[in-house]
Amino acid sequence: MTGDILIDVQNLSIGFTGRSGKLLPVLRNIDLGVRRGETVGIVGESGSGKSTLALAMMGYLKHGLRVISGRSLFDGRDLLTMPSCELQRIRGGKIALIPQNSGQSLSPNLRVGAQLTEALALHGKLALSAFPARVIQLLQQVRLPDPEVIASRYPHELSGGQQQRVAIAMALAGEPEALLLDEPTTGLDVTTQAHILELLSDIAVRSDKAMVYVSHDLGAIARVCSRVVVMYAGEIVLDGDATTVLTNPGHPYARGLLASIPRLGNPSLPIALEGRPPPPGDAGPGCSFVDRCAIAESPCRAERPGLQPLLAGGRVRCRLTERAESIPTKRDGKPASAGGSFGEPLVRLSNLAISYARQSLVDQLLGRKPQGVPTVDRVDIEIRQGEVIGLVGESGSGKSTILKAVAGLVGPASGEIAYDKSGALPATVEQRRPEQLREIQLIFQNPDESLNPRHTIEQILAQPLQLYFGLSGDALRERSIAILERVRLGAHYLDRLPSQLSGGEKQRVAIARAFAAKPRLVLCDEVTSALDVSVQAAVLDLLDQLRRDSSTTYVFVAHDLAVVRALSDRVAVLYQGRLCEIGPTSAVYSRPCHPYTEALISAVLEPDPGARPVLMAEDIMELSPPAKGCPFQRRCHRKVGPICESTTPPQRDAGAGHVIHCHIPIGELTSAQTVSALGNAVRPHVQ
Amino acid sequence: MSDGPATLAAITARPSRILSVIREVLSRPSGFIGLFLIIAHVVLALFSPFFAPFDFKAMNANAILLPPDATHWLGTDQLGRDILTRTIMGGRQAILVTAIATPLAVAWGGLLGIYLGLVGGRLDDILMRVVDAFLALPWILKMLLMIVTFGTGVGVLIPTLAFFYGIPVIRIARAATQNIVARDFVLAARARGHSRGSIMRRELFGNVLDALMVEGAMRWSWMLLAFTSLSFLGFGVSPPTPDWGLMIADSRNFMAIAPWPAFAPVIALSSLIIGINLTADALAKALGIDRAQAAVH
Repeated sequence: MTGDILIDVQNLSIGFTGRSGKLLPVLRNIDLGVRRGETVGIVGESGSGKSTLALAMMGYLKHGLRVISGRSLFDGRDLLTMPSCELQRIRGGKIALIPQNSGQSLSPNLRVGAQLTEALALHGKLALSAFPARVIQLLQQVRLPDPEVIASRYPHELSGGQQQRVAIAMALAGEPEALLLDEPTTGLDVTTQAHILELLSDIAVRSDKAMVYVSHDLGAIARVCSRVVVMYAGEIVLDGDATTVLTNPGHPYARGLLASIPRLGNPSLPIALEGRPPPPGDAGPGCSFVDRCAIAESPCRAERPGLQPLLAGGRVRCRLTERAESIPTKRDGKPASAGGSFGEPLVRLSNLAISYARQSLVDQLLGRKPQGVPTVDRVDIEIRQGEVIGLVGESGSGKSTILKAVAGLVGPASGEIAYDKSGALPATVEQRRPEQLREIQLIFQNPDESLNPRHTIEQILAQPLQLYFGLSGDALRERSIAILERVRLGAHYLDRLPSQLSGGEKQRVAIARAFAAKPRLVLCDEVTSALDVSVQAAVLDLLDQLRRDSSTTYVFVAHDLAVVRALSDRVAVLYQGRLCEIGPTSAVYSRPCHPYTEALISAVLEPDPGARPVLMAEDIMELSPPAKGCPFQRRCHRKVGPICESTTPPQRDAGAGHVIHCHIPIGELTSAQTVSALGNAVRPHVQ
Repeated sequence: MSDGPATLAAITARPSRILSVIREVLSRPSGFIGLFLIIAHVVLALFSPFFAPFDFKAMNANAILLPPDATHWLGTDQLGRDILTRTIMGGRQAILVTAIATPLAVAWGGLLGIYLGLVGGRLDDILMRVVDAFLALPWILKMLLMIVTFGTGVGVLIPTLAFFYGIPVIRIARAATQNIVARDFVLAARARGHSRGSIMRRELFGNVLDALMVEGAMRWSWMLLAFTSLSFLGFGVSPPTPDWGLMIADSRNFMAIAPWPAFAPVIALSSLIIGINLTADALAKALGIDRAQAAVH
């Protein structure tokens, strides 16, 4: 169905002037044509220039960027030299952009219907009287239920997934010939993401639009795109059809990237791709990937390889592409899980409930108790010494809240947290003994937030060392260096500021700071979700190494199920602050019993062109407060009946510590599953 | 205390950072002109006895309200005193008093604001309402009340100005602190079990300092205006000491026949205030602070 070339980027280089006054390129000699009816995925890690390229395709350069050479043609005309009044007509009308965070791109004080009408009026392709019908039609097209109701709502009344759908409807309003999608599902929950991608791939198949899908997520790309372009350090390094690029790519970087992705079906740790891409202007005369390449030879350093066409179709920027196949794309690495038995229980959460409801001044004066259903309720988890327990769930599942309660940053409303042999752990940090504080350490999601930007690495590491061990002078410095070496950084990092480090290095410093306290329990809150995949693999490997060395216990919170699978011994699935299922990782992943676990695992995207997520749960917005009875009943595809709405589900024991909270009898839960989540190449598609 | 050196280093920041901020300020036209004006005024105030061509007290009955000429470059006033001399020396008191009161105001307002931003809760609720109440009163009323009670003079003016001009600083410091307190590195420090004092010193101070520096520059220009206004009303510097506010007040009566005695102090005062504002602008840009968010009190 592909037609003529609509978007044609020719030898495009874009750069900015650095502090030294030199022109630093962020895109280098990009040649890329996108045909009508074709969906091209652009993948790359942060800083690879993929978003810059997508924006250049609609003639937009971010502030400070300049064109060094080349053209960006749309329908034969160069957008980068076009006067702005003409550009305005093309943008929206012929090329539409769907941005990452659409909640922010919708106007908060206009109803959805009014915003869509505005978009229709702007493009002026319809008579005024046809607008209302077209609005409803657009909302139907993006599969929003009750389009009339949605049209009369404000953006904040919609869930993240619904907002993204409205943004897609806005983009479709001008009936564009090309759609640019910049990470359209990043930041959405797994089940929502699967729904949106389903919609997008449907648009891609049915229309003859040229689509460009920019993402760091190979799983999302695999779902939507027929052709994939891999970018590295501002260059296209590989271009080919999706199946080849995702299964047997001819470029060492793409192979390394594939190996570094944790996968649901593989319980071992992913293989890290060491090093980092060269900063703009620092690529040297040779291949930009040469420093991280496993098969590089000396000629690779001397001359930059060109983008060569391949016999089997596609293009690759590598001299040694025939030999690239020696680099494994799948790992048969060591399994992270130590398996088997663990020590005594270290932490026991019994019937834990946490509430964020705060007494207002009026309530205090009137002596009223805070109202409302607790955010986290009825959570019973026992954590044994030396094990890694994963907490998974979508946003709002209370997983981070539980961590904060264990760390003493939010007090439980009821229930208790028992620690080691000392009995109940005091609720807040202020009441805890120094020894307890030292033994429980927390690592945060985003190292940009968790490291003080004004402190050097030395000052950051000094904090726990001075506080807990009273070290100073040479002893302090020696210990700091030893800790940095444990996280595979060197002494020369001591004088640097966090802003001078890469994302992965910063997270290593944050890990070093936690391990400086010699903790027994480390709470990891989404520690890899702000990192690129190749860096993530290295951090996971580091965390695994550290816990083997010091037999530390981890509570590992993540929304990425594959990451949890790679590291955890046991996993607890949470929904709206209530426990759904808990059990050994292998059991839960190979045989998910709770309907929510089932929905969650089947919605996970695998970087595999054959894999297709199964959409079981509706992507409706969950209401607050959580439902009475079973928290998942509103979205459940296996709802039993009224009992789900009235009664708290019983605990059903599937053996070997595998507990499911559901009304469905245990025999039925373990046998009659809608899908088997793993090892099943052809999955039924449930709408 | 064992954390002495690290804390000191955190507070003073890196000299390279200070240098780079100064370089950044100077690289902007507004910063360059602003700093030039401030330095020129400070140098004139410090060394004015060397620059002044006449004795500031010397009256001359034969040269009353002379227009500018070769001997008296800016003319003379109603008592025959040289206006250039009096303008050069007229800023000494104003600059001295405000240059001491500004750091005092920023220090006490900043510390209290950081503390309130960190602890929050009931104390914060109550004290911020008190701050609101103070800000609701016109400043001139508050100042006159203090002066009437304690008398005029540098010893009263400095603490009075420092007190009243520290109150808006509380707001700024508290708001800046609340932005920082919500960030994970403060949460991390709390989870480790650091004391409040330690969190204030190590985590908050360095991060709030930028906002306080810009706020301090703003407070300085407001304070200069206040001081001059007080002199103008006769509650500041007493004659015959030359002072801009006083000079404007004295020449007011002769504006119709001799406007020049009022011009010189007005231009001197406004050039200093413009200089301070330009510098504050450039400083805010160099530090990446949005001046549009700053309070206008």
